[in-house]
Amino acid sequence: MKYVDEFRDGQLAQGLARAIAAEALPDRRYNFMEFCGGHTHAISRYGVPDLLPSNVRMIHGPGCPVCVLPIGRIDLAIMLALEKGVILCTYADTLRVPASGRLSLMRAKARGGDIRMVYSVTDAIKIARDNPNKEVVFFAIGFETTTPPTAEAIRQADSEGMKNFSVLCCHVLTPSAIINILESPEVRVLGTVPLDGFVGPAHVSTVIGSRPYEFFAEEYRKPVVIAGFEPLDVMQAILMLIRQVNEGRAEVENEFTRAVTPDGNLKAQKLVSEVFELRRTFEWRGLGEVPYSALKIRGQYAQLDAERRFNLEYKPVPDNKSCECGAILRGLKKPIDCKLFGTVCTPEDPMGSCMVSSEGACAAHYSYGRYKDAEVTL
Amino acid sequence: MSAEIKKGYIRPLDLRNGRVDMSHGSGGRAMVQLITDLFSKHFANDYLSQGNDGTLLPEAKGRIVVSTDSHVVSPLFFPGGDIGCLSVHGTVNDVAVMGATPLYLTAGFILEEGFPLKDLARIVESMAKAAKEAGVTIVAGDTKVVEQGNGDGVFITTTGLGFLPDGDELSGDRVRPGDVVLLSGTLGDHGVAIMSQRENLSFDTPILSDTAALNGLVATMLASGANLKVMRDPTRGGLAATVNEISHQSGVGIHLDEANIPVRAEVEAACELLGLDPLNIANEGKLIAICAKEDSDLLLAAMRSHPLGERSAIIGQAVEDPNCFVQIRTRFGGRRMVDWLSGEQLPRIC
Repeated sequence: MKYVDEFRDGQLAQGLARAIAAEALPDRRYNFMEFCGGHTHAISRYGVPDLLPSNVRMIHGPGCPVCVLPIGRIDLAIMLALEKGVILCTYADTLRVPASGRLSLMRAKARGGDIRMVYSVTDAIKIARDNPNKEVVFFAIGFETTTPPTAEAIRQADSEGMKNFSVLCCHVLTPSAIINILESPEVRVLGTVPLDGFVGPAHVSTVIGSRPYEFFAEEYRKPVVIAGFEPLDVMQAILMLIRQVNEGRAEVENEFTRAVTPDGNLKAQKLVSEVFELRRTFEWRGLGEVPYSALKIRGQYAQLDAERRFNLEYKPVPDNKSCECGAILRGLKKPIDCKLFGTVCTPEDPMGSCMVSSEGACAAHYSYGRYKDAEVTL
Repeated sequence: MSAEIKKGYIRPLDLRNGRVDMSHGSGGRAMVQLITDLFSKHFANDYLSQGNDGTLLPEAKGRIVVSTDSHVVSPLFFPGGDIGCLSVHGTVNDVAVMGATPLYLTAGFILEEGFPLKDLARIVESMAKAAKEAGVTIVAGDTKVVEQGNGDGVFITTTGLGFLPDGDELSGDRVRPGDVVLLSGTLGDHGVAIMSQRENLSFDTPILSDTAALNGLVATMLASGANLKVMRDPTRGGLAATVNEISHQSGVGIHLDEANIPVRAEVEAACELLGLDPLNIANEGKLIAICAKEDSDLLLAAMRSHPLGERSAIIGQAVEDPNCFVQIRTRFGGRRMVDWLSGEQLPRIC
């Protein structure tokens, strides 16, 4: 397939693997976090770790929108579907995230909730137009990549004067999450998470640009290489990170120049700031309350904000006590360190959110990498 | 004499504008008329016209292989086929991949009140054509009607009977380390063809469903004399599910090679767009076969000699593995597991 196969070429990968092996110093370890679930998936799906020397380790970060969605938010969506009788539209992966009372949106659907999987917010708008007598709520999740389409939908619904459409906004922000990880005592003081650098977001960066990362590269002395979601992009970024570490640099570099500019997509940014404003705080699964890390709908669009429209009150719900999603999302633990992993928590019946999406660290390891654990124990 | 009287009283079935109504399932004259004028007319054979509660079939040589499958595909008509031919192919294939010769089918219809008779006729004609091409006879049937809103047009359940000659039977537990895995053609065509028709997915694709009866291909493979261990058609859950089933039944690991698995460029592009893996997508006209290593070239040549197996390929090998893991070497050069699909990728695919 043109424009895709070029970035999955096995021979080029071998060349990069040789370069990485040659430049990684044998007497030190390299721990890099790929922030995005898209990278986690590519790494697992294409078997990238097989091409890395044993002293280069990838840590899966929290950049999977489904994984960081706290139970309380799913509970709100379920409540809207079951108690308020709305048509709730959302992306497929969200349907399986475990919520309170052994429910999930999928199970709420089986109990009679009108919950529909959509591929884009445009589908939700269409459903609202087709069902003028029903309230239609779009359960909006995601990082900066999915935010502009939601903003556009809100503006469109507003200009059309749609009376039966609203958005349950759970859009979150990448830079604040990265800062939260860097500020965590494990990284900053204790050094239990040895982080030598980041593979920076691909699609998110097409929107926000590469500039927002400059602050923490400088402030926290961590190199960042923005990379595309194809496996060769990831390999190239790893090589660039190794070079920065070896040379003692901590800069923002851009491997994904075919799509990312320093300023990003200014039109999209303007649209987003027109429709959304910062929340003072937002609960992330795994990271807890993170200040100024999410967006809410501005007052002028209040009638399109499901939280205001239905007087929703957010109630935080703690995760299962044994679930290690929090530590895994912060890179403190690996999936196999969790007692629930592969026993009572599987992709069929996820307990924690990292087991839900194929971009989640646990699901990726369970579906793609489990054979490696067996090799260790055999 | 009574038949002549009946003729005068009943208006012929309106296949242009008529619709299924509750009387078509009531056991009365309207039902008899629907059966005679539509089903019996197209499926016509001596067994079906016996007219008793059960059909008496002649004595046959060999062991009986039976398989049943319900079809709820949406939409009913899709590029490359419809629920009618699909309901024949699906069951014929399940019997055929057991190494048996499929001979008879039964068909149960659940019709929704209000369903256009025109569409029903199209479906029945398609079934009849598919059965004829596959060399199977529809020997018994049943029709029920449910109120509007309690069904979705038509659901069809078919049961297939076939006969297996004496000798070793094919079975998922016969695979041993070293055995070779073959695939009869491109993956994912059926699933993507269906997906392209779903209302919330507005992409156009020239992909046709691969729905087809595989008994001809199977006969060619059996005639090659290769030491076959198991055959299976990777429908729902795709190749990933089928290979995992076999690895667990046989207690072996299976290693696949992504570079050798044929996938059409259009299917790959659609999967890329939707975040799907062709390994998980349903097929309705493909089979996988596992045979002893020394016979793999012989079997491959036999498969490629048949029109439905032109793009056959050797895609992997069974290995010793107490965990029964299925692994794949990616084209990129790494390794990963191939697991069962979690959750629901695409409801009502067949």
